[in-house]
Amino acid sequence: MELAISVIVIFMILGAIYAIHASDILSAVIAGGIVGYSLVICFLLLKAPDLAIVQIVVETITLIIMVAVVLDSSRKEAYGKFDTQAWVTAATAVVILAILFWFLKEASAPLAPFGENTMRMADAYVNGAVDKTGSVNLVTGVLFDFRGYDTLGEATVLVTAVLGVLTILRIRGRK
Amino acid sequence: MTVYWLCFILFLVGLYGVITRRNLIKIAISLSVMEFSCFLFLALIGYTEGGAAPIVDTADPVKIYVDPLPQAMVLTAIVIGLATTAMLMAVIIRIYRKYGTFDIREINNLRG
Repeated sequence: MELAISVIVIFMILGAIYAIHASDILSAVIAGGIVGYSLVICFLLLKAPDLAIVQIVVETITLIIMVAVVLDSSRKEAYGKFDTQAWVTAATAVVILAILFWFLKEASAPLAPFGENTMRMADAYVNGAVDKTGSVNLVTGVLFDFRGYDTLGEATVLVTAVLGVLTILRIRGRK
Repeated sequence: MTVYWLCFILFLVGLYGVITRRNLIKIAISLSVMEFSCFLFLALIGYTEGGAAPIVDTADPVKIYVDPLPQAMVLTAIVIGLATTAMLMAVIIRIYRKYGTFDIREINNLRG
């Protein structure tokens, strides 16, 4: 299982690297889609069918929005000459990545090995959840019963985002 | 443990794109790559070897389930990620209509 997921994640990394370096923006968007759809397969392998369903819908919508934006504007990548500022940016990026990698190495040391989850928190959510919530799907039970206010907040964020998109796209900008 | 490392590397690739790219759409793509790596990491943490998907069959209860808590968290995060991406794309298309370019350095130079 770990091997299969590793192979898919390597595929995702390659897709992400191509998306970052592609010279055509439309192919960059499609290569970004590789990452999202591979994530669906990962979720299925990790026994998370709810996540896979939501992710495949969300990824399709994201891809449609991005392709619509690209087709409505320019497909050319902005290539400038590789001047001092670009060098400084690249060097800063490499330093930040090195520091973060060291930090992640330190932070991942106390993690349990893959596949040996101890379920400290989830015991209360799993044992007797069907009687408490009346839902055979444990994820639904957590989402809509134990953590209902969390879902309410999520709905608020969604409404705010929709209002924001409508506001941004409707008002005519200053010339 | 290898999977966790690869997940970190995916996150770092996205961060590298956000820092070094000059095209707004590529920055948006890199941001969603970082998002996806976080989702994958949470789902990986909740996985239990030999566990079943967290759906109870009342006729034949299984002993071991995959941890449902990270899955509920990621489900919320995925939907919020869609909302932020849609809003980001709306801002980007407005910027393109106003300045006629996606290059952030050129937009910076064009400011009056």
